[in-house]
Amino acid sequence: MNNNAGRSIMKRRDVSALRLTGLLVLTAIFLVQAHGAWAQSSAPNPTAAANQYVDAPHDWQMWFPAAGSPMQARIDWLMKYVLWIMAGVVGFVALLMGYVMVRFRASRNPKASKTTHNTLIEIVWIVVPCLILVAIIVPSINLIYYEADTGNPYMTVTVTGHQWYWEYKYNSVPGLDYTSYMIPDDEIKPGEIRRLSVDHPMVLPVGKKIRFVITSADVLHGFYLPSLGVQKYAIPGTELTSWTTITKPGTYYGQCNQICGLGHDSMPIEIKAVPMKDYLAWTKQALANYTQNDARPPLSSPMPRNQLADATP
Amino acid sequence: MSITANDHALLAQGHHKQSFVTRWLMSTNHKDIGTLYICMAFIGGCVGGVLSMIMRQQLMYPHNDIITNGNTWNAIITAHGLIMIFWFVMPALIGGMGNWFVPIMIGAPDMAFPRLNNMSFWFLVAGFIFVLLGLFLDKGTGAGWTLYPPLDNAQYSPGVATDFSLFSLHLAGISSLLGAINFIATILNMRAPGMTMHKMPLFCWAILVTAFLLLLAIPVLAGAVTMLIMDRNFGTSFFEPSGGGDPVLFQHLFWFFGHPEVYIMILPAFGIISHVVSTFSKKPIFGYLGMAYAMVIIGFVGFVVWAHHMFVSAISTDSKIYFEVATLIIAVPTGIKVFSWIATMWGGSIEFKTPMLWALGFIFLFVIGGATGVVLANAGLDQELHNDYFLVAHFHYVLSMGAAFAIFAGFYFWIGKMSGHQYPEFWGKVHFWTFFIGVNLTFFPMHFLGLAGMPRRYPDYADAFAGWNYVSSIGSIISGVSTLVFFYVIWRVFTSKEKLADNYWGEGATTLEWAIPSPAPHHTFEDVPIIR
Repeated sequence: MNNNAGRSIMKRRDVSALRLTGLLVLTAIFLVQAHGAWAQSSAPNPTAAANQYVDAPHDWQMWFPAAGSPMQARIDWLMKYVLWIMAGVVGFVALLMGYVMVRFRASRNPKASKTTHNTLIEIVWIVVPCLILVAIIVPSINLIYYEADTGNPYMTVTVTGHQWYWEYKYNSVPGLDYTSYMIPDDEIKPGEIRRLSVDHPMVLPVGKKIRFVITSADVLHGFYLPSLGVQKYAIPGTELTSWTTITKPGTYYGQCNQICGLGHDSMPIEIKAVPMKDYLAWTKQALANYTQNDARPPLSSPMPRNQLADATP
Repeated sequence: MSITANDHALLAQGHHKQSFVTRWLMSTNHKDIGTLYICMAFIGGCVGGVLSMIMRQQLMYPHNDIITNGNTWNAIITAHGLIMIFWFVMPALIGGMGNWFVPIMIGAPDMAFPRLNNMSFWFLVAGFIFVLLGLFLDKGTGAGWTLYPPLDNAQYSPGVATDFSLFSLHLAGISSLLGAINFIATILNMRAPGMTMHKMPLFCWAILVTAFLLLLAIPVLAGAVTMLIMDRNFGTSFFEPSGGGDPVLFQHLFWFFGHPEVYIMILPAFGIISHVVSTFSKKPIFGYLGMAYAMVIIGFVGFVVWAHHMFVSAISTDSKIYFEVATLIIAVPTGIKVFSWIATMWGGSIEFKTPMLWALGFIFLFVIGGATGVVLANAGLDQELHNDYFLVAHFHYVLSMGAAFAIFAGFYFWIGKMSGHQYPEFWGKVHFWTFFIGVNLTFFPMHFLGLAGMPRRYPDYADAFAGWNYVSSIGSIISGVSTLVFFYVIWRVFTSKEKLADNYWGEGATTLEWAIPSPAPHHTFEDVPIIR
């Protein structure tokens, strides 16, 4: 029985191997014929691994995005904790109000009582809310300290908000400094997300602690990554720090979340999280292809595409 | 106190006949000025409401083309916020109902400084003209109602529009400041004999605490706005990093005003709700002293929590913890108020007239807004929720539903006393239920949008957010239709021929305004009433 089963599996494997070989040969022929295409795809896309998991908002979403980092997982937990407590409070008040409205309506209770004091109950409704607050404050303070712990990062990315694009400078990769613009609505291609996809995403390694140093070159912006639990204002003249560790290769999105002028809704953030090997490959490719941003592109509208970053090597 | 029928006629006429101009443009009568404030609030509410309808129409579909220019959008959101706060909620609650009923309730013949009172009102009108110029001139003021620099400095917001908006805050601020001084002087000095502070109706307590908040908060706003105007026009650099200034300073100054401002809008609402709940339960308010001092505590603590608006701005970790804890503490006095309202109803004989429906709606929806407030007070959670639609839902639950429901409760409660004609009960209830459904449908889905990560102040958004935005916009249309019902109610009130008794609510209504005729005579107390 066992042998038979093993043999049949072998057979299936052989067949599929044959098919695969055939497919590869055909593809190779196709690629050789289409010479231009061959030249382009000869450099493999190092961020391809991030395309397999896309953590974007979905239709009729009613809760946080799937947690892409331990920080967001903690925020998610505390949110549920606090929200359930508060739902209990709202439910309790609703029950009391419902009872009062039914039991003490004029038709059922024509003669009103004249009670205006009850010391015990007044103490109870001071003490019980205080206890509830203590139950909220303790885990909440833990989260604040956790979020503030930006020490010992593997790498640091300096994020600079501009009207209306982001600039990412990799502190550990000298010379790697590029801009990231939203893809305009009329240039959206299949697979891209309108209002969230950008021309040059931020690329980060998974499983490593990444520190963000956030600042602005002009007005206030907001560096907001809901699926990673990161948010800080970008303030000119001030550097704020935050951090994340992305657990899973994938594409994560964020948006500008502090009003910054007419393009406020047109400067999303896209992050491609890839394995370390791919990240290192990407830094080489990026260094070769992106020139350093030392000049500001024009601020005119409609939005300029990222010509600096796309300059030839 | 005894007022004869003969006196009624005499009082209603006033001492002499005034021309329209003398009566309404040079008024020194607290009731006439109160009426003017309510008219201002009506106009402000309509303008702010139309702006919100435009915004919801734009947001009904992704990639919508009602507003294609981000500047126009930003000008509209800025004007909506400023107008709803300074020209709708504040004049309705403080200038309008406060002016009308505080002197009557404490047995005073008028406000302490009648001419100052008139000046307060006309400053507000001037401010309204300025804020409209800020909306329509140039590209409009597009910095949001928080007016954070550097977006509204001379480099990023050139043109006069922003200056007009900033000056409109000065004018509204002076108006509020003078009004606050007037209320404090009136309440502290002009109470009738026997009207001790601890016998004073809760609405007067609410206005007194509000007035102190205004007195302490408005000068800080004025300072911040002045510094901004200087930065814009005279080359200073208070908030300019390149000149050694700091934009974060403005955030501190703004919210040192801005957070008390939240309580400035909601405390008078608390006062009105206390009166309505007590009247329609036919019971005195439960825990009167606790209710009064809960407002004092809210007012006090409200001054030391401002930086919870800045949890993702430049603020240290330990400050976050302090501001989180201080903010959460406000839940305790607020809880005292909510539970005391329920205890007031407990054992009562409740009549569900229109004002009572608004009050009950207020309590329930305010508790929801308060619950999301406790969530947002957690600095750790605010890192996710700051500035997204969860926040928008939260503050509309406490303001668009809290303050606005209290304004409507006060309107239906007192319109008979103010106009001498009763509102149509059926249409009042239609107004309540349509508005209740409309605003909940508008604002509840915003919680989901916020959790999903939709930022505020976006004219266009990722397609995934379309569903709840559509529901929300449908809700806003229902609220808009409901407001038309309200217009019909007003029309019915002013075409009514019905005469009202002094105390048309019966045994539950015990404050002094129910001892004088309806409508209240031009001069309320010819003789000083004695309160036993």
